Amino acid sequence: MIRIEPRENPSRAFAIGIPILSAVISLALAAIPLLAAGANPLTAYGEMIKGVFGSVFALSEMLTRATPLIFTGLAAALAFRAKLWNIGAEGQLYLGAMAAVAIGSGYLDAPGIVLLPLIILLGAGAGAAGMMAPTYLKVRFGADEVVTTLLLNFIILIFLQMMLEGPLQDPMGLGWPQSAPVLDQGMLPPLMERMRVHSGLIIALVLAGIAQFMLARSVWGFKLRAVGENAAAARHAGINVNRSLFGVAAISGALAGLAGVSEVAGLKGYLTSDLSPGFGYTGIVVAMLAGLSPAGVVVAALFIASVFVGADSMSRAMGVSSFLADLVVSMSLLCVLVGGFLAKYRILRTREAVS
Amino acid sequence: MTDSTVLRLNGLSKRFGPVVANDDVSLTLAKGEVLALLGENGAGKTTLMNMLFGHYLPDAGSVEVADENGVLHSLPLGHPQAALAAGVGMVHQHFALAENINALDNITLGSEPLLALRRNRQAARAKIEGIIEHSGLKAPLNTPVGRLSVGERQRVEILKALYRDARILVLDEPTAVLTPQEADTLFENIKAMTREGLSVIFISHKLREVLAFSDRIAVLRHGRKVGEMATADADEKAIARMMVGADTPKVARTDMAPGAPVLNLSGISVSGRYKRDTLKGIDLEVNAHEILGIAGISGNGQSALANVISGLAAPSAGHIQVDGTKVPKPSPAAMVKAGIGRIPEDRHHEGIVGAMSVAENMVIERLDDPEVQSRGLLRRDAIRDNAERLAKAYDVRGPGVTASSRLLSGGNIQKLILARVFERAPRLILANQPTRGLDMGAAAEVGRRLLEARERGAGVVLISEDLDEILGLADRIMVIRDGNLVEAGSHDREKIGLMMAGEPA
Repeated sequence: MIRIEPRENPSRAFAIGIPILSAVISLALAAIPLLAAGANPLTAYGEMIKGVFGSVFALSEMLTRATPLIFTGLAAALAFRAKLWNIGAEGQLYLGAMAAVAIGSGYLDAPGIVLLPLIILLGAGAGAAGMMAPTYLKVRFGADEVVTTLLLNFIILIFLQMMLEGPLQDPMGLGWPQSAPVLDQGMLPPLMERMRVHSGLIIALVLAGIAQFMLARSVWGFKLRAVGENAAAARHAGINVNRSLFGVAAISGALAGLAGVSEVAGLKGYLTSDLSPGFGYTGIVVAMLAGLSPAGVVVAALFIASVFVGADSMSRAMGVSSFLADLVVSMSLLCVLVGGFLAKYRILRTREAVS
Repeated sequence: MTDSTVLRLNGLSKRFGPVVANDDVSLTLAKGEVLALLGENGAGKTTLMNMLFGHYLPDAGSVEVADENGVLHSLPLGHPQAALAAGVGMVHQHFALAENINALDNITLGSEPLLALRRNRQAARAKIEGIIEHSGLKAPLNTPVGRLSVGERQRVEILKALYRDARILVLDEPTAVLTPQEADTLFENIKAMTREGLSVIFISHKLREVLAFSDRIAVLRHGRKVGEMATADADEKAIARMMVGADTPKVARTDMAPGAPVLNLSGISVSGRYKRDTLKGIDLEVNAHEILGIAGISGNGQSALANVISGLAAPSAGHIQVDGTKVPKPSPAAMVKAGIGRIPEDRHHEGIVGAMSVAENMVIERLDDPEVQSRGLLRRDAIRDNAERLAKAYDVRGPGVTASSRLLSGGNIQKLILARVFERAPRLILANQPTRGLDMGAAAEVGRRLLEARERGAGVVLISEDLDEILGLADRIMVIRDGNLVEAGSHDREKIGLMMAGEPA
């Protein structure tokens, strides 16, 4: 007979070790589809590592890919900490991006020192608004935010397409559904010459640091943790649960909105409806891998960006499908979920007693 | 009554990690006997019965159950189905009934083949009515269980066990939810059933009922059997000593003249979907130096009253005054600010945030306090020092103040809450079921702290389903029944019991 008993005291080493082990196991498991595709796994892993760390350019590409994932990972991690299930980071990302091009692509021709902060603020505000609405529905009417935020993603995406063929369409764009480019002075400056990595990464890292600090050290973080862990006790103790939820909803939405700002004003320059290859959803994976810790989000985002960029480059070198990257990312999430379970519970095999 | 053994537990042991829940416990039960299993909370009573019933697998030991012919067979362990088939029935403290279907279906539920095409309800009804006639366990069979009283529900649970031909019945704290009169009826029914050959084990920590209704008593402490005797030879003091391992700490209270009113509720109504959430225009006054006991059967509006005083529920009519000042907009924070200390009914669910540390839980009600925070940042050293000090003063034992509070035992969680509440020297203390589930030592500590606060000049509202506790601590008693609150006028157990049951006293 197999029984499952909770562990008395899950240790800290476990909490950190499990995600790392999960990542390693998921990479090891990726050998199976690699073999099936006819590639030598060891060579493939070599190509992956080369594709991420093999050159400054490769590294820069990986960091570029990690930047939006840090933003959306933080958005998910903070909301999930309060048990506010924001699945809508993808939509909030596009709201942020729309705000950025709305103000930044010529509507206001101000110097960079004015324009850039304005783009960032408006983008964050648009994302925040995108999360406040479902949170209001949750608090006021008990509408499940998993459903509302998820469905809102599609509404926003269709709204975006409408805007890109309407008010936001680039008049010089030959009819393509894309926005006019953000003015040069409104762009986030690049970090290195001739590389794509941009200062959005710095903003993401600073925000991760602030989030980590505030969660552990501030009254705001205390209330957030209390609301997430036991809302009834928090309410009984006099914490305004709804205010905490609205607060974290705004911050979560703003972070997702910043992912959009960072992609538009840091990387692409203009907005299309394929700006994000699912960064909002991948952010959830990042947050889960990170154990909902803001510092962990940075590490997890770097890992997942490495897998994506590495698999891309490996698939080109070895001639296997780049969908392998999605496979590794999915498997690492499954491994973490199983690993998290094993960290909390032990599985015992007991012999049947005599009958 | 014959002397044939129907059940034998041989050297049962069970460990949960480092905790020894049962250590080499052996018991026998004779046909037609009522065995009381007595012990403090955490003594291992429920664990022992869960092993008998197959919910837990013992680490060592065996269980033997007699068949219809009185021959003992060893029971395969860890299989509730096997225990059921052998004729062992258990009635848990928390009922397992489906509220939206009637008693008859609840009783037959699970004892019919899953894929049967037709149900023979007539036969089932006849069998149940036969059992009711023999045992006196009256329950309306056609009413949805949700509309039955707690006593009736419990009888349905027992009927469910008897319907499955239980020859051994285990009752886990059967009187916890009953009025004294209902409890007496229950025991009379049990007596009637034992005359028909049923054997009963009942788990309790109430000495009074154990002495009155059992044939034999076994006492558990720290997972070991520390004593066993015929009830006829038992001595109350000796048993109490056996349970706690020392003389029961007696709560000493002195009479005290009440001071000025600290809490006034006038015309407070709360409208709720259920009876337990409803108050119908109650008036209540608590004075300084006074403990007001609220007696009543669970679910008669105690939760609503507690929620109003702790700020969780907004009254639909009436107003609340603390120290003569009206509380304009009641909320938990406003009540704490007005000087009300709250000991919640469900300490795990409402009292603490289990995932947060002991130290954090000790300051959770005063996050605005400059001692706890400055400019929005937590003063972590001050919070830890505060917790170290309080843990010492209130004897909160556990793996340290920075460890998760869920690692504490129930008694220590309650001490944590006491520390948090009493440290602020509240004007009024709301204690809702403050000793439920606590062992005698911890319960006495709660009583002592409440009396200490009363001496200091605080008023106390003590809501409890344990009438003995109210009789022992309260200066004045009110009875809550159906959302109404009436003055009991005296400390007469009989009269209060009748008022709780809703009969004119």
